[in-house]
Amino acid sequence: MGVIRRTGSFVLKVNPILCDGFGHCHELAPELVDIDEWGYPIIKKDPTPFGNVRALQSARYAVRGCPRQALSIERVGDQP
Amino acid sequence: MIKANSLPRLMHRASGRPLSLEEHDQEFGLVDAQTDFLGELRNSGLTGRGGAGFPTYKKVELLSQQRGHGKFVVVNAMEGEPASHKDLALLNANPHLVIDGAEMLAHMIGAKRIAICVSRDNPIVINNVKRALHERTRRSLRGPEIELHTPPWRYVAGEESALVHWLDDNESLPQYRPQRPTILRIGRNAVLVDNAETCANVGLIGRFGASWYRQLGTESSPGSTLVSVTGAVDRAHVIEVALGTPVKAILEVAGADTDPSAILLGGYGGTWLSGDNIRLPFATEYLKEVGASVGAGIIMVLPKRACGIMETYRITKWMANESARQCGPCAFGLPALAEDLQQLVAGGKDRKQSLDRLIHRAAEIDGRGACKHPDGVVRMIRTALQVFDKDLQNHINGAPCVGSRDTKFYATVPRHEREEDLVWE
Ligand code: SF4
Ligand code: SF4
Repeated sequence: MGVIRRTGSFVLKVNPILCDGFGHCHELAPELVDIDEWGYPIIKKDPTPFGNVRALQSARYAVRGCPRQALSIERVGDQP
Repeated sequence: MIKANSLPRLMHRASGRPLSLEEHDQEFGLVDAQTDFLGELRNSGLTGRGGAGFPTYKKVELLSQQRGHGKFVVVNAMEGEPASHKDLALLNANPHLVIDGAEMLAHMIGAKRIAICVSRDNPIVINNVKRALHERTRRSLRGPEIELHTPPWRYVAGEESALVHWLDDNESLPQYRPQRPTILRIGRNAVLVDNAETCANVGLIGRFGASWYRQLGTESSPGSTLVSVTGAVDRAHVIEVALGTPVKAILEVAGADTDPSAILLGGYGGTWLSGDNIRLPFATEYLKEVGASVGAGIIMVLPKRACGIMETYRITKWMANESARQCGPCAFGLPALAEDLQQLVAGGKDRKQSLDRLIHRAAEIDGRGACKHPDGVVRMIRTALQVFDKDLQNHINGAPCVGSRDTKFYATVPRHEREEDLVWE
């Protein structure tokens, strides 16, 4: 799983053009992704600290599990 | 030379036909190629006239730092907004001024090619631009190569990433841009997209200088702008005003209803303002206080007798149909918003729930498309719910206003095309 960074925070980002609303991300990362009435993901906007290992782990699962490869983890705020 | 403190500038000598190159040179004078264009542009404080109002200088500076020899300047005269007519009016009056501006921009960023984009439903404008380009090739073969492109007309086709996508790949679909500001590219070449009116302003600044330019307008919004007035007017108008002119004065000149119930600023993805706001000056620093901006200079006037909820519904329905259907929240969400509004207008049984659902859905959709199309619709609906609160209550109480039973509508909404008939390439 690579190095787990403990500083800074991240947000999950979805490319809405690629996303087809399979909803896997909601199942893989329920704490970060909500789902709307049409099945498309609503992603938590506020950054999550990298220190939150569980959330980071599920974010990574979601990125890998997305059938359209529409998700990415993006670092925000203070750079180490 | 045009006097600094007089109007019109952009529409100088506008008559029924475009100025030829000779007339243009006579009226505006020649461009001094030694001018420090970039410096003048910075001092002029020009902001983009396509809607976003981003400082043109910053964009140009960003592009001039890009590497590569194949850069493009794209002149956006797509006029996606049905309520806007300014770019076409400008190209019908002073096409050479726009092209001059584009050439100066190309010079600033070191671009070799210019693409002028006019949607293909405007044969007259296309002919005018063709003629203007022909006059130029006869004069000199130097300077950047200028091409005319005619993408299909769609609301989102004028969005800059959709336009570049079309030039790149023949599809008028917006692109996903997670980082901002983004540099759009055709192939590997960086592209500077500017609205036709912005280019014409650059054409003036490059000729006469920043201090000349600043003699009209306000401190933070210098210069003049073209305003399209539609709605409760005798006939749709494009007028040139100095930024900072009160909206009321603009309406008077355009022959519009000067006691409207509301105005829609900034087009169909814009902001509804109640009628008493027309005393405000037409400049972003004043309009900001009420949550609006100058945008692409569109004023849609709604008279007292019309029903705001009805107009909002009509606009939303059309905008939903114009979604590029790439992103779920936009493709499914906007028709859902239109449906909720229809329930409100028609006074269906569950109209109360419709309102709650509408507000909830609007909040859910906001900011989740690849482009700003759904955000604009959400903003328009939200401000409509505030401004037309009284109409809304009447609709909910089952006593819709007279206006909603009227058959006269004010917002011009083009024909709804069936989904399979929408042309994107
Ligand atoms: S898993 Fe991917 S395709 Fe499926 S809803 Fe999530 S982002 Fe969209
Ligand atoms: S938000 Fe709507 S209009 Fe914009 S790219 Fe997505 S589907 Fe197309």
